[in-house]
Amino acid sequence: MSGFLDGKTIVIMGVANKRSIAWGCTQAILDQGAKVILSYQNDRIKKSLERFVPDNLDLVECDVSDDDNVKKAFEAIGTKYGKIDGVIHAIAYADKDTLTSGLVNTTKDGYDLAQNISAYSLISVARYAQPVLNDPASILTLTYFGSTRAIPNYNMMGVAKAALEANVRYLASDLGRNGIRVNAISAGAVKTLAVTGIKHHGELLKESESRTVDQKSVTTSEIGNVAAFLMSDLSTGMTGDVVYVDKGVHLI
Amino acid sequence: MDKNEVFAKIADLVADQFDVDRSKITGDLNFKNDLDADSIDFVEFVLDMEDTFNAEISDEDAEKLNTINEAVDYIMAHQK
Ligand SMILES: NC(=O)c1ccc[n+]([C@@H]2O[C@H](COP(=O)([O-])OP(=O)(O)OC[C@H]3O[C@@H](n4cnc5c(N)ncnc54)[C@H](O)[C@@H]3O)[C@@H](O)[C@H]2O)c1
Repeated sequence: MSGFLDGKTIVIMGVANKRSIAWGCTQAILDQGAKVILSYQNDRIKKSLERFVPDNLDLVECDVSDDDNVKKAFEAIGTKYGKIDGVIHAIAYADKDTLTSGLVNTTKDGYDLAQNISAYSLISVARYAQPVLNDPASILTLTYFGSTRAIPNYNMMGVAKAALEANVRYLASDLGRNGIRVNAISAGAVKTLAVTGIKHHGELLKESESRTVDQKSVTTSEIGNVAAFLMSDLSTGMTGDVVYVDKGVHLI
Repeated sequence: MDKNEVFAKIADLVADQFDVDRSKITGDLNFKNDLDADSIDFVEFVLDMEDTFNAEISDEDAEKLNTINEAVDYIMAHQK
């Protein structure tokens, strides 16, 4: 297929199933003509991917909880595919107790784990992807506006997203001279596996939908289309930015 | 929707989610013991049920669903 990503190779991290935001990104990016490599967390996720991911998409294992895995994954990608043009980081995690307990009850271990997987991992991905990235290239992560507002039940994940967005700004300024842009999409709430970890997520999703400009939640394909644009050379003027793709929820 | 229709739809979802032969699906199948469901499988299945039946299933309610029949009964009782 031909489109504005013709000839580009994009690594997408964080597809778990068809509902994943990263899967919406994958489809939109394939539609624009890019080659896509998916990285998955572990064998359990790989088993799910094999049920619906077409054979022509390459899979690379990468559990971001350990820097060594990230390093090895991008080395392997460089060896196999040469230079790449972009990376999408759609990864977050907090253990259930931490996520559901209220920030005031967050333990040090719970805090560290959530920050490690949800915010620090972007730094590590940027560092180890850097040697295999072209000039220009684009790095994109997914955030949520619980980073700047105290959204009920978002708790520790809001703190991790605030750090993630700061990471975006500093990485953008570090990597700009190498032609690497770093941005985030702040997505509206969509029903994914990750969201089910949030207490009363049904209410969060409903409330969010009712606050969109047309009472219809944003879809992963709409998020994916903006991700495709941010992976492309159409967006070389944008870096260090957080772009809302939430059908206007943040307006109210 | 009557009970048979609900069962048929749930059986379709189960066949898809747990890679089992549609014709072998019966109401007494237990998610954990017979279908080998781990927590990810089960949550994905519950999300699919919510979408299919336009229902909302809380975590507390979902935890009580052990068999396909229990899922069918739950949907029958909570149909909008
Ligand atoms: N769903 C929403 O409403 C929403 C809104 C805004 C932002 N986001 C963000 O979008 C991103 C993607 O989440 P999603 O909603 O598509 O859910 P999802 O559950 O489909 O994706 C989360 C992914 O993170 C991966 N992951 C977790 N720990 C990992 C680790 N140690 N190593 C590698 N991968 C790991 C999981 O395997 C999974 O693929 C997350 O950063 C999430 O916070 C989601």
